[in-house]
Amino acid sequence: MSGILGSVFAPGFFGSEPVHVALAVGSVAAIVSGVLGVFTVMRGQSYAGHAFADISITGGSGSFLLGISPIWGFAGTSVLAAGIMDMIGIQRPRGRDLATGIVRGAALGLAALFLYWDTTHTSTTGATVTILFGSMFAITPSTVPVVLALSLAALGIVAVLYRPLLLSSVSSELAFARGIPVRVAGVACLVAIALAVSLSALTIGAILSTALLIGPAATALRLTTRPGQAMAWAVVIGLVTTWLGIVLAYDSFSWPPARHAWPVSFFVVTLIFLCYLAAHLVSPGQRRDPAVGRG
Amino acid sequence: MTMTQRQPETRRQPDTIRDEVLAVDGISVRLSGREILHDVRFSLRRGEFAGLIGSNGAGKTTLLRVILGLTAPTAGEVRIGGRSRGRRGGVGYVPQKILLDPDMPLRARDLVGLGLHGQRYGIPLPSRSRRERVDEMLRAVGAEEFADARVGNLSGGEQQRVLIAHALISRPQLLLLDEPLANLDIRSEQEVVALLARIAKEQQVAVLLSAHEMNPLLPVMDRVVYLAAGRAASGTPDEVVRTEVLSELYGHHVDVIQVHDRILVVAGRAERPHTPASDDATPVAGPGRP
Repeated sequence: MSGILGSVFAPGFFGSEPVHVALAVGSVAAIVSGVLGVFTVMRGQSYAGHAFADISITGGSGSFLLGISPIWGFAGTSVLAAGIMDMIGIQRPRGRDLATGIVRGAALGLAALFLYWDTTHTSTTGATVTILFGSMFAITPSTVPVVLALSLAALGIVAVLYRPLLLSSVSSELAFARGIPVRVAGVACLVAIALAVSLSALTIGAILSTALLIGPAATALRLTTRPGQAMAWAVVIGLVTTWLGIVLAYDSFSWPPARHAWPVSFFVVTLIFLCYLAAHLVSPGQRRDPAVGRG
Repeated sequence: MTMTQRQPETRRQPDTIRDEVLAVDGISVRLSGREILHDVRFSLRRGEFAGLIGSNGAGKTTLLRVILGLTAPTAGEVRIGGRSRGRRGGVGYVPQKILLDPDMPLRARDLVGLGLHGQRYGIPLPSRSRRERVDEMLRAVGAEEFADARVGNLSGGEQQRVLIAHALISRPQLLLLDEPLANLDIRSEQEVVALLARIAKEQQVAVLLSAHEMNPLLPVMDRVVYLAAGRAASGTPDEVVRTEVLSELYGHHVDVIQVHDRILVVAGRAERPHTPASDDATPVAGPGRP
């Protein structure tokens, strides 16, 4: 038994501080992303998740220039983007596509400049890779309290607005008719999604952050018919893939080319993708044309 | 408050006021310079089943939105249960054309439950009384068979039943439905109409249902509110669906033709040029009106 454990967990895994921090931050990001991911998919707002991911690159690269933790940049810019997206009216599908496209382009242009300065003016040559693709073992322990606070804020929004958000995800008309402040609830939900994306960006990188947001949620939607259970499944899938990714990345230190661990994000994202494929194979018949069937 | 028989409006004055659920009093709506509704007035009592009939663009959805309080009228007022202001509690609403995503992890019973407590904050704790209430409502609309299926996977008629249960579970005095029969096959159409007529009588709810076609409603309709060019005529179908009344409403001659049990309204040749529109040219309504 200890032989098997020894071959799964490489020596020093449980004693390493970077591993502890990676496990803590990765777990929190997986929980928040699982819960918010289900709302993102139900509300058809994965476009917003992708926009937050791109825009957070600007914040992350800016943080590197200022010498502060990238979580401040990730969270600051994506929450700001949530406010802007509401102002320019994401209720209208046509307007929102154009507006998010333009804001996204401008933000990425700025990111190009910041990343250029990061690599030329500072000694941290790994900045680009860290921001775009994440570096879980490089997260400083002092970031953990910030991560916890942001995740509590995101989960708090969901806990308070759970039912109004569910009903307005089904139909804003039904929500209006029940006296729900649909727009306020929508903005709060966007802010929570922005926070989930920035936590995910910190762990698996800004570019890959939507994988942790959308992947487990999309998989969970195929496994259950109930919203609460879908969130539970998404959290479990996110946690398991993140933990496995961390273990495999730690093990890969001894894999070729030796003495260099493979990126954690590669393992996490690949495992999420495999889960999604497996769920498709398990429940291929979920979709049914609503027009067909009994009257 | 139980009422077994409808009384003529003029005789039983106290009962009329007590049983009046909806009063639409001289509603006009002007949106960006165009008059959508002009001096629309009618009332509904408990247990009454009314059809809001009119072609596309006649102002049906606007009128329903005014009653719901989502659109402000330029003139007139709407009273629900005798009250004109404040929160429009006690109104159930089934909107037009809801697209329910098949991937949405929501069962029919979850959507019905949200009609009861969807506006509340916090995470719901399981409640036996709420569950029983949802079961009872699912039975009332004949949806217990697909109660645990995803709403997005149900057929149009099944979704309509679930939405009706969602709107009714908070025990409203008034149920508004915007084109609930659109996109239904003939059998589901008949089933939904029969269901609504039964609910109106059993639960003593006033039902106002908009449709562009009145024939499916004729067997069960207590009252028709006929909208044309923003003006309305209301009364029993026999009072309203007549050549003189509808010609006056449309502003040109139309023929009302009865073929078996079906009624056809066809545009006829204008005998004389008709100039509509002075304010006193309001169309005829029920006999009780001054």
